[in-house]
Amino acid sequence: MDEEKMVMPQPILETSRLRKIFGGLMAVVDLNFKVMPGQIKAIIGPNGAGKTTLFNIITGILPPTGGTIRFKGREISGEKPHRIAQKGISRTFQTVELFGNMTVLENVMVGRHVRTKKGLIQSGLRLPGVKREERLVLEMAQEKLEVVGLMRRANESASGIPLGEQKLLEIARALATDPQLLLLDEPAAGLNETEKLRIGEIIRKIRGSGITVLLVEHHMDLVMNISDEIVVLNYGEKVAEGTPEEVKGDEKVIDAYLGVEIRYA
Amino acid sequence: MGKENRRAVFILMICLGIFPFFIRSDYYLSIMIFIGINAIIVMGLSLLMGYAGQISLGHAAFFGIGAYCSGVLTVKLGFSIFTAFFCGIFLSTIMAMAIAIPTLKLKGHYLAVATLGFGEIIYVIFNELLEITGGPSGLSGIPSIHFFGYSFKGGWRYFYLVWTVAILLLIFSLNIIHSRIGRALRAVHGSEVAAQAMGVNVSQFKIQVFVLSAIYASVAGTLYAHFVTFISPSTFSLFVSILLLMMVVIGGGGSIWGALLGAGILTVLPESLRAFRDFDILVYGIILMTILLFMPEGIFKGLTLSLIWMRKKW
Repeated sequence: MDEEKMVMPQPILETSRLRKIFGGLMAVVDLNFKVMPGQIKAIIGPNGAGKTTLFNIITGILPPTGGTIRFKGREISGEKPHRIAQKGISRTFQTVELFGNMTVLENVMVGRHVRTKKGLIQSGLRLPGVKREERLVLEMAQEKLEVVGLMRRANESASGIPLGEQKLLEIARALATDPQLLLLDEPAAGLNETEKLRIGEIIRKIRGSGITVLLVEHHMDLVMNISDEIVVLNYGEKVAEGTPEEVKGDEKVIDAYLGVEIRYA
Repeated sequence: MGKENRRAVFILMICLGIFPFFIRSDYYLSIMIFIGINAIIVMGLSLLMGYAGQISLGHAAFFGIGAYCSGVLTVKLGFSIFTAFFCGIFLSTIMAMAIAIPTLKLKGHYLAVATLGFGEIIYVIFNELLEITGGPSGLSGIPSIHFFGYSFKGGWRYFYLVWTVAILLLIFSLNIIHSRIGRALRAVHGSEVAAQAMGVNVSQFKIQVFVLSAIYASVAGTLYAHFVTFISPSTFSLFVSILLLMMVVIGGGGSIWGALLGAGILTVLPESLRAFRDFDILVYGIILMTILLFMPEGIFKGLTLSLIWMRKKW
């Protein structure tokens, strides 16, 4: 009750002093940032800035070395990936991680796994309820394929469709888990201009359906176009945060991308 | 489980149902019984290998646990066949969990190594516990199965019993494959990291499937013990574990039907190569190599693909 009365909305995701060290490499350094519900927030930065590492920490694939991550006010750092998926965070991968041995439709159906619960024995014996659950999963998966426009590919092998569509399929699969927060890791990498525009539209549509989006992306036109806020990372540290306009003019951001001019005396 | 599978199960049931009416020879019936017994184990292994992508080198041990539980408990302790059967399943479950829980939480092929060791340990136990298992000379006098005074002694009766169990487990397996569990298993095989991100508890499912496959093997062990009425350790050696694995590979890992086919072919093949006398092993090896060279994904997939190809051509 108290939370609802508060004037300031609670951030959906909040990291504080988050840190990840690989041997001698500081991949993420004391990172503090917030994502507000309903936002599209982008994380940008040069290669090796720690963006994907950050995603892997948030989704539980890597444990943080220090610091905390809160999702809807609850601590989630150190939880197993499948538990985090259950709580409502889903993601796509930078290097496409589809189930190549399954069809497009089946890939999305796997996404529904976390919201269904019939077990091994129940499924094996086809106990009452299994069939109904199965039908709901199928309908839901078709609906999500519709969202990204891949319905016509439903029965093709996921490894056989073009890269642009594989990226969309990953989004559909992530949506099938009913996330509240969706992490997109370079959704536009390797896409052509038309596909990039489409991805932009789809991300907006996803936000429109009430899902908060956090994305890592290198295509600045797309990032500047759709993001409400941007965090700039360099060598694991936050160098800037703000609206696209604020970030664009920030000197430190320009330095991070173009390098600092060395003045010779 | 899908229309096609339902039809295939139906056709299989009819073929098996009428088989004893045409083939009366005890020899052929017993080969069919051995195929059924092997098929039960191989179906479980196929779920584990072909779907969950885990390798077990110790399934002969679970087969043996089922057989020895049934044998020892009925012969030495006078248990009923039913109780002994469930004791076998119980013991296999416990053993499978003891292996799976520590190893399947790790990534990589730890399960293969652990099951290899487990298989050897069980094999040594069968050999050395002379008072209980009879040691290398085996355990004889295992009663044949009877329910409510009805005996399954005759060849065709046992044939129906074994294949009823096999078909039930086939349906169970097909149901699993075409459910969220089956999808989760294949997802783990496809990309473990993505499966986790979709909320699949990877280690839990690997453990479950491993235990399930151990139970299949134990059931087969009981059926085997009461059929041949004599068991000895050599039936449950590492070689048998590898043979079972070969059945999965030859049939085709990604399909339960492939498992049935693999069990059938590798059970019949040694029998039909008797004509080659001393060269049978050689011919056997050549046939296996040829199959794997030309149908690397197994016979089932190979046959399906060539059927499609032939349909296109004509």
